[in-house]
Amino acid sequence: MIRAKINGISLRVPEGATILEAAEKVQIKIPVLCKHPDLPPTAACGICIVKLKGMNKMLRACCTPIEEGMEIITHDPEIVEVRRSVIELILSKHPNECLSCGRNRNCELQKLAGDFGINEQSFPQYLADIPADNSTKSLVLEPRKCISCGRCVHVCQQMQNVWALSFLERGFDTRISPAGDIQLADSPCVKCGQCSAHCPTGAIFEYDETGKVWELLQDENKYCIVQIAPAVRVAVGEWFGFKSGANTTRKLYAALRRMGFRAVFDTNFGADLTIVEEAHEFVHRFTKEPTKLPLITSCCPAWVDFMEKFYPDMVDHFSSCKSPHQMVGALSKTYYAQKQRLDPSKIVVVSIMPCTAKKHEISRDREMFASGHQDVDISLTTRELARMIKQAGIDFPNLPEEDADHMLGEYSGAGTIFGMTGGVMEAALRTAYDYVTGGKLKNVDFENVRGLQGVKEGTIPVGSHEVKVAVAHGLSNVEYVLNKVREAKKNDRVPPYHFIEVMACPGGCVGGGGQPYGVTDAVRNQRGDGLYEDDREHKIRYSHENPFVKKLYKEFLGEPRSEKVHHLLHTTYRPMPEYKR
Amino acid sequence: MTGMASNNSKHDSTVFMRTQAFGSGFNDKRISKEHMKLTTIDGQQIKQAVGKWKDKPGNLIMMLHEVQGCYGYVPREVALKLSHEADVPLARIYEVITFYNYFKLQPPGKFNIAVCMGTACYLKGAPELMQELKNRLSIDEGQTTGDGMFHLDGVRCLGCCGLAPVVAVNGRVHAKVKKGDIIDILSKCKKEANS
Ligand code: SF4
Ligand code: SF4
Ligand code: SF4
Ligand code: FES
Ligand code: FES
Repeated sequence: MIRAKINGISLRVPEGATILEAAEKVQIKIPVLCKHPDLPPTAACGICIVKLKGMNKMLRACCTPIEEGMEIITHDPEIVEVRRSVIELILSKHPNECLSCGRNRNCELQKLAGDFGINEQSFPQYLADIPADNSTKSLVLEPRKCISCGRCVHVCQQMQNVWALSFLERGFDTRISPAGDIQLADSPCVKCGQCSAHCPTGAIFEYDETGKVWELLQDENKYCIVQIAPAVRVAVGEWFGFKSGANTTRKLYAALRRMGFRAVFDTNFGADLTIVEEAHEFVHRFTKEPTKLPLITSCCPAWVDFMEKFYPDMVDHFSSCKSPHQMVGALSKTYYAQKQRLDPSKIVVVSIMPCTAKKHEISRDREMFASGHQDVDISLTTRELARMIKQAGIDFPNLPEEDADHMLGEYSGAGTIFGMTGGVMEAALRTAYDYVTGGKLKNVDFENVRGLQGVKEGTIPVGSHEVKVAVAHGLSNVEYVLNKVREAKKNDRVPPYHFIEVMACPGGCVGGGGQPYGVTDAVRNQRGDGLYEDDREHKIRYSHENPFVKKLYKEFLGEPRSEKVHHLLHTTYRPMPEYKR
Repeated sequence: MTGMASNNSKHDSTVFMRTQAFGSGFNDKRISKEHMKLTTIDGQQIKQAVGKWKDKPGNLIMMLHEVQGCYGYVPREVALKLSHEADVPLARIYEVITFYNYFKLQPPGKFNIAVCMGTACYLKGAPELMQELKNRLSIDEGQTTGDGMFHLDGVRCLGCCGLAPVVAVNGRVHAKVKKGDIIDILSKCKKEANS
């Protein structure tokens, strides 16, 4: 332990703690801009400077470890003045466009300018003339609004290991861009959106489609259906005063109905369906086609994209299951349309997702048009939905609770945990256990695939067999798992796993790139806890026991893995070039 | 941070390896067709540059140095191949290229003439070739002719010492060059420019 004083307050903190962390312990907030609680310091901005008592030198609190006996001053008139100048200098390179920026009212730069009462332009303004990058349907890059904090570069290179984003040039001319000033769509970007979730300003923002959805909701010729992903329900509340992890599922159903959606479905139903298909696929390979093991999950489109670019040799190991919301989309325009006697060409399916990659997924290839129409028409992020609820004047916290609509709305406890790392694996194992042994588990909670460790490995007894599993989340963690598989295959050995789950975002979808800002591991855990609680509260905790899933097979699909099932619910993969240019 | 300690091999090593069991090298399926069409690029040269510097500190800069020596700038196709050959993300390569003013992304002249000054070539008469080029073009090493047609550089070993002395024009290697060949090489370039 280290003893020190901050603003005269004595404290003891563990060795290695930064001044910033130590100050938080004694309720002192040092302003930060480039530092994100989720990421190591980049020490780029200089707003967090503090002084040592009796010395003139200023230190950056975010990256300086506190030392024995230090006496630190975090606030005095001079420090405040320096911080103000830092902000003014940043503003001299930043367009004054708050009112027409997507980050209005939750931009970290704007907030600081407000806190410091900046009310004039003290330095002449110099704006770089760099065009916006609208090349993807997921994210918009506006390098003009970039303050060179370095978060996105760290996220894309280290956390996600994609290396799509980088800094070009240096000093005053530094700018973010894919390698060599190409467009994001031509880069290796997998559209996970983690960069947008960590950017302090509006420089990286989701491709906003709320306007389009409002228009469609007004159109009397359209029948708008909506579905919400597992992770949305435990996060959207954060923008309405709820704690992270508060389960707002049934308020969401009510809000969506008030916004004008004619049918409110739940992607968790699709998750149950995915599990039934994937568990069948797993059991089939496990018992009949062991050379196609390990089976690798495919419900995360950013992960699919990553695999096609960086691990194309794993194509055969991928589950052919589409992601849950694509299944619900395809069924909305076939099964549901038939039952309700609706013209599928008039149906619009909107998905509310924690995810920016799903915006890309919905038109990624012709298999996403299995119903004969685009199966999911628009995919919104949690953040876009939260803005729409506000625009609609809905008093969200006080809404009555409602239920989802029948047929594609009910879900099991297994379906809801899809949103957290380890959840897909856990749900699939529950069902696979039943398929293999014909019996029920004593305890359906698989604790060893839960939690935020980057890679989780384990052996799960299933009847007389042992199933070896690995779970990875955050794309930088994939390498460890898949290299083991490659190594084994190269040397003609049996791969060390039977089943691998990967989600691109750290924590899984609860930490998705389209979720409310300010994610940390604590927040990821709280959101995850919300899902596990939802699971525990469900009487039915096996996907294959969801009565509406059973009904769907009986009335419409036939057997799992049948031809119709394949056409509507499964897809294929192909190697993709890392760079298109 | 969530489990980032695990195994991102690029984390803190100077050689940024993206370990790949799957087809590394020039026939890598992940490079789109576009990039394969530039036939003047001698893959062997890049391979050798990579081999030479791979395990040395500051390696990427040295590799780029060699590439630029050969082409007069760093063509995108070459940067892509270098990325795959050396297992360095392309983004990192461009970070380095744009960080240093020295590296160029545009060709400085229409024809970039690189005279190998490596030991083998040096002993077999490279200085004489260089002098001849300087005289005929009326420029010094590192300069471009007034009409932007020729750019002249002396470079490190190009990795084909068996063919020494060598002169590369836009990456195309001329082997066992004699002083008298220089005028030919230059007039061929001019003819090509006019056609
Ligand atoms: S979306 Fe993901 S892969 Fe694409 S630039 Fe952002 S962090 Fe990188
Ligand atoms: S785009 Fe955003 S996260 Fe990336 S460096 Fe600029 S301000 Fe920081
Ligand atoms: S982990 Fe979830 S939120 Fe993140 S990219 Fe994958 S599907 Fe989207
Ligand atoms: S927050 Fe410490 S330097 Fe930016
Ligand atoms: S010394 Fe010229 S090619 Fe090696």
